[in-house]
Amino acid sequence: MLEIKDLHVSVDGKEIIRGLNLEIRRGEMHSIMGPNGSGKSTLAQVLAGRDSYEVTGGEMIFDGKDLLDLYPEERACEGIFLAFQYPVEIPGVANTYLLREALNSVRKYRGEKPLKHVEFGKLAKEKMKVLNIGDDLLKRAVNEGFSGGEKKRNEIFQMQILEPKLAVLDETDSGLDIDALKIVAEGVNHLRSPKRSFLVITHYQRLLNYIVPDFVHVLVDGRIVKSGGKELALELEDKGYGWVEDGTEAAVNN
Amino acid sequence: MSITLTTNENGYLDGFDKFREIAPGKDIDWLMSLRESAIARFSELGFPTVHNEDWRFTNVTPIARTTFQMPENVSGKVKPDVLSQFTFPGIDCSRLVFIDGLFSSELSSIRQLPNGVKALSLSQALTKDQELLSERLGKYVDFDEDAFSALNSAFFQDGGFIFVPKGTQFEDPVHLLYVTTNSKSSPAITNPRNLIVVEDNCEANIIEHYVCLTDGGAYLSNVVTELILGQNSTVGHYLIENESKDAYNISTLRVQQERSSNMRSHSVLIGGALVRNNVHPVLAGEGCDSLINGLFMSSGRQHMDNYMKVEHASPHCDSRQFYNGILDGRSRGVFHGRIIVHEDAQKTDAKQTNRNLLLSDTAQIDTKPQLEIYADDVKCTHGATIGQIDENALFYIRSRGISEEASKDIILNAFTNETLESMNIEAVKRYSESLAADWFARRQHAHNG
Repeated sequence: MLEIKDLHVSVDGKEIIRGLNLEIRRGEMHSIMGPNGSGKSTLAQVLAGRDSYEVTGGEMIFDGKDLLDLYPEERACEGIFLAFQYPVEIPGVANTYLLREALNSVRKYRGEKPLKHVEFGKLAKEKMKVLNIGDDLLKRAVNEGFSGGEKKRNEIFQMQILEPKLAVLDETDSGLDIDALKIVAEGVNHLRSPKRSFLVITHYQRLLNYIVPDFVHVLVDGRIVKSGGKELALELEDKGYGWVEDGTEAAVNN
Repeated sequence: MSITLTTNENGYLDGFDKFREIAPGKDIDWLMSLRESAIARFSELGFPTVHNEDWRFTNVTPIARTTFQMPENVSGKVKPDVLSQFTFPGIDCSRLVFIDGLFSSELSSIRQLPNGVKALSLSQALTKDQELLSERLGKYVDFDEDAFSALNSAFFQDGGFIFVPKGTQFEDPVHLLYVTTNSKSSPAITNPRNLIVVEDNCEANIIEHYVCLTDGGAYLSNVVTELILGQNSTVGHYLIENESKDAYNISTLRVQQERSSNMRSHSVLIGGALVRNNVHPVLAGEGCDSLINGLFMSSGRQHMDNYMKVEHASPHCDSRQFYNGILDGRSRGVFHGRIIVHEDAQKTDAKQTNRNLLLSDTAQIDTKPQLEIYADDVKCTHGATIGQIDENALFYIRSRGISEEASKDIILNAFTNETLESMNIEAVKRYSESLAADWFARRQHAHNG
């Protein structure tokens, strides 16, 4: 479904991602872990199409399409969804309005009819239950004055509505207490299916107790230095990132 | 008789000599002496230059250089059906229509008004309600330092006169519609003059609306409105300026507020080549509230200048200025927010916010707060922002599957709604929203085409 080959990304002339390879097949749950500054969030933003990040080499193929040829909105319509680490506040735009516009834009891209107000309302109601979201959150301006937990829940709620093929979760666990974390995880698990893939980016292993990955990758200095199964996350938690970082140093020195 | 006004030689003085023979109310002494002193003052002042601090950012040379024709009788020139585009669906309001500044009774429609309420043209009122007029007209606007108000006071031919007697409440606004039918060969000058007197314990709403039926050619609408609010009265005032692209619109709203009155002023500026919007409320009685709210949207080479002068003259008054500007192309905007707190006006709470979005590298905004505080126990705050469309917000919306242009529209709509949402009359709000939407559509069209 997604194939990233030898990806190089620079920000303001500084190379952040330095030859990253990753393949995600349909239905798989991947997790990328890594220390601060390793390039995790850069990868998430680049997948979504942020143009302030310059891809200087390599390729990203999603369902046979070269992502570099697609605008952010086209990537979303193709089925990529990014749950932001820092969801943006947009004063004056109602949450429900944005989401209906988004869904109908995606439907139009797929050649489907737009949903009417009532139909959208029904769909939203259904999804809200899973995430324990109240009506007021829908009516309020997008993310404006939301608590940290509300913002993250809102991201997952948007994901539920847009039903992407590939969901990228960028540190969705940061700033969440354990109850909020469980709700968010439940929302994600609810969407797991053989047709849908996930890339969960996180600093801590904690989230992976609730969202259990098939594969764990460790990102250090813009490269994946180690990959394994879910047990790799526990090992990292136990030994710290120093363990793999030392490993790379050793490898280079040898 | 055709009257030409020009700054060449003694054009305005000569014009006035002709005009006085035919001026509405030419036999009314107090009115003629008002006109005489106004033309005298105007000829002393001349048009302002950018050396005048109040006009630092706005150059009116194009107006000073134009030779204008005063309009003549125009009955039958405009068919009623072309005016339907200037109505507010959903409300059935009384409408006074002025074609090239002159009242048209056949195009106007006055609904059943509450007892004692008057809504008529100023020229009619000069015969019917002279006493009311003599007490109020020209008593508030000060043309000593303002050439355009002086010009209006000397040359006004007509306008709206609205009188709301004590204890009257009616929500449907009175709509003053000014339609210019300009011809390119002879630029017209109109001097609409409105007098709105709302007595104690009333509620009323007024819309001033400036439009043009032709697409090009310079003309000047030089408006003065005096609005008086009695004690405990609430008045909504809406100015919708949608002149044609070559037009000049200079408008002065002078508001007098008595004790515990509540004034809500909304300006929506869209059209015109050179626009100056003066709003000057005087909070004369204790416990007044004043909302001075506006939205201006400019593109091309438009110039839009908003000059606010909020005068706190009594204690315990609150004023809120809230202006949003969107500027595209090579347009230029000005927000000059002056707050004057007089010595007696303790416990004043005055707030001013001006936010601007620049959509191009060549658009420009000058925003200038000016606080003059002579009392010691007051709260005055001001804030101005100038920015572009927030890239983070834009990316966020696009990442949800919405095209770049549509995403920008969503952000711009939110920005315009910040000011429009405080309009209490839903129909006027919707109308203003549609003007903004048309503006966005034109912009998109220009960018795509």
